[in-house]
Amino acid sequence: MLEKRMNDTTYDHPEGAAVALAKPTWLDVVNSWITTVDHKRIGIMYIGYALIFLVIGGIEALIMRVQLAVPNNHFVTPEVFNRMFTMHGTTMVFFVGMPILFGFGNYLIPLMIGARDMAFPRLNSFSFWISAFGGLLLYFSFLGGDGLYGAGTAPDVGWFAYAPLTARIFSPGHSTDYWILGVFLSGIGSVGTALNLVVTIISLRCKGMTMGRLPLLAWIYLVVSWMVFIAIGPLTAAQIMLLLDRTVGSHFFDAQAGGSAVLWMHFFWIFGHPEVYILVLPAFGFANEIIPVFSRKAIFGYAAMVGATVGIGFVSLGVWAHHMFTVGLGPAGNAFFTFATMVVSVPTGIKIFNWLATIWGGRISFATPMLFSMGFLFQFLAAGLTGIMLSVAPFDWQLGNSYFVVAHFHYVLVGAILYMIFAAFYYWFPKMTGRMLSERLGKWHFWLFTLGFHLTFDLMHIPGILGMPRRVFTYEADRGWGSWNMIIGIGAIFQVIAILIFVWNMIHSYMKGEKAGPDPWDAWTLEWSTDSPPPHYNFAVEPVVESRRPLWDRKHPNDPDNAYE
Amino acid sequence: MSTHTLIETESVEQWRLPDKGLVGMICLIVAEVAIFSIFVVAYIFYIGKSLTGPTPAEVLTLPIVSTICLLSSSITVHFAVTTLEKGKSGLSTAWLALTVLLGGIFLAGTAQEWHELIYEKGLTISTNLFGTTYYSLVGLHASHVVIGLVMLTVVLLFGLAGKLKSKHAHRLDMLSYYWHFVDAVWVVVFIVVYVIGR
Repeated sequence: MLEKRMNDTTYDHPEGAAVALAKPTWLDVVNSWITTVDHKRIGIMYIGYALIFLVIGGIEALIMRVQLAVPNNHFVTPEVFNRMFTMHGTTMVFFVGMPILFGFGNYLIPLMIGARDMAFPRLNSFSFWISAFGGLLLYFSFLGGDGLYGAGTAPDVGWFAYAPLTARIFSPGHSTDYWILGVFLSGIGSVGTALNLVVTIISLRCKGMTMGRLPLLAWIYLVVSWMVFIAIGPLTAAQIMLLLDRTVGSHFFDAQAGGSAVLWMHFFWIFGHPEVYILVLPAFGFANEIIPVFSRKAIFGYAAMVGATVGIGFVSLGVWAHHMFTVGLGPAGNAFFTFATMVVSVPTGIKIFNWLATIWGGRISFATPMLFSMGFLFQFLAAGLTGIMLSVAPFDWQLGNSYFVVAHFHYVLVGAILYMIFAAFYYWFPKMTGRMLSERLGKWHFWLFTLGFHLTFDLMHIPGILGMPRRVFTYEADRGWGSWNMIIGIGAIFQVIAILIFVWNMIHSYMKGEKAGPDPWDAWTLEWSTDSPPPHYNFAVEPVVESRRPLWDRKHPNDPDNAYE
Repeated sequence: MSTHTLIETESVEQWRLPDKGLVGMICLIVAEVAIFSIFVVAYIFYIGKSLTGPTPAEVLTLPIVSTICLLSSSITVHFAVTTLEKGKSGLSTAWLALTVLLGGIFLAGTAQEWHELIYEKGLTISTNLFGTTYYSLVGLHASHVVIGLVMLTVVLLFGLAGKLKSKHAHRLDMLSYYWHFVDAVWVVVFIVVYVIGR
């Protein structure tokens, strides 16, 4: 007997009303978006929210790039610079990365598994709004952070807020409290959405969709959600401890009372390292969906991909102290974390080889989603290699806290994750809006961004090797870093232009783009069987699937996939 | 078009998926365990490291009565669920009332213990590392007891109003899982704070 899903007999959508009502006013439209529990709308709101913060975080990065473009610059004061790198990092991780990935998950997962909505639609809405509020609270600090002390507005303690800098005496005023609370709320939203994703994937699959037939993107979100449960807790706990230290005088990270600032580092990075895998795994998921379609071949090694995903998730929970090689863990600690970090390259390598094997022998189409996927493949490999270099503790002693590290993680965050997010946009925009994005503008976007990306982040490794530390607001002219920083800044400008082209592409295509049917890419998963955009209820009749590629089976009834699975 | 999604096969029989309430509650419990674990780690890490002030051995006494009450409340809530499954909502309401009472006694015991610690023994959250880790860990647990009691009281009120039916038994069962989790955390806290830490 089929488990009964939620009965939504009271769904209200003004635009669908057949009765002769007055045309909905703009207030009705806004109200319908604010009160929606529809996973597609919540997904779009998450994505829109993230895009706005992407622009804001990008402006913060540009301010830093201008300040660092020449030696001894005075574009901003050191205090403002500190706020810029803190807010840039915090924004990009918590208010761009997490929302955009949860947004795509929200939108796609119910469609891909043949479900009507997420398991807990109201929890879904609550999770979005509390995360959104967290971001607004963090940015309110620019206005309200001054408090009674006149000590500064937005947080300026780095995105990882190390103790004891964050203690009340060293960070007076309320700027750090805004960091704690804004990120804390976003964490609650993340756990809520992760819970929804797990329950949806486990309990709401359509008939015939065994776990072995689950789209790989859904497997990825399952693993990511479990990592969220395990990793966000430590951050929440550490933030509660820090808040207690700052407000009621507890001594968690207070060395003068026998506490330990290194304990904060442990707790933060127990969260922080899985967090970056939480950010990157959905990018792998997008690649798992996009690369096969544009190679006209099913993904190579489905089972190995699942195993590798679970392996990466598991190993990533045990490598956190590679962010702490310079605090004096001792030889045993350093050796263990070096080894554990290197181990993660095994499942990751399996994934890369499987993507290559998928493309090999396929009929490749270089539409924009595939261009970005190709960029992802090469750039993620390079990023992973610099990561392995950094995992060697003695190497990290030289290059930790230098721009080499900044170059490494931006290579992953921008070169891998952002590229696959762009690919996901070009691939699923037609489904979400019913219009194709312009291929011509997409290619301009890709090539300009790639030029800018490589100018900036390839070259950024060099000042790192030459000794330029992170988080410095300026440097002397005789260090030899000046020209490199100037070119890095120019690369940033190309990226900005490319993003503007991308934004224009989205706006123009939404209004005047070529109409997309239900399945513009000739793909194989269930979301492509609905209209574009899908109706509120997703599927008029619950689908029944017999293989991993249900639409392939439908289009090729004489050659169904389950003979080969 | 979304009407053409059917693949013509014979219907998949017996398509049973795990219950969403159960999976959801397990996920919540895992996430909460992650938070509690960090506070427990902090407690254990800081055992014996306080520079001043009262030590656990000097000021802590085993909260036997509170613990028995809280652990018994797991038994009573279990009976509340089983009687409701059989449709005996009056009896279920009685078991629920007992659960809330036992949980309330636990909280009162904690409150009394803290009053004594603060006003007579001179231990606050800012006194030393022991105070910091003790109040935060026990307090985090107590806050979860409060949340659980609020939820149980809501169900109790429905029961007293005669609205509780056997179809609600599953939801009460999920709530009881949360309550069992809160009890399990207390077992860990008790062992770490009152046994090992002293």
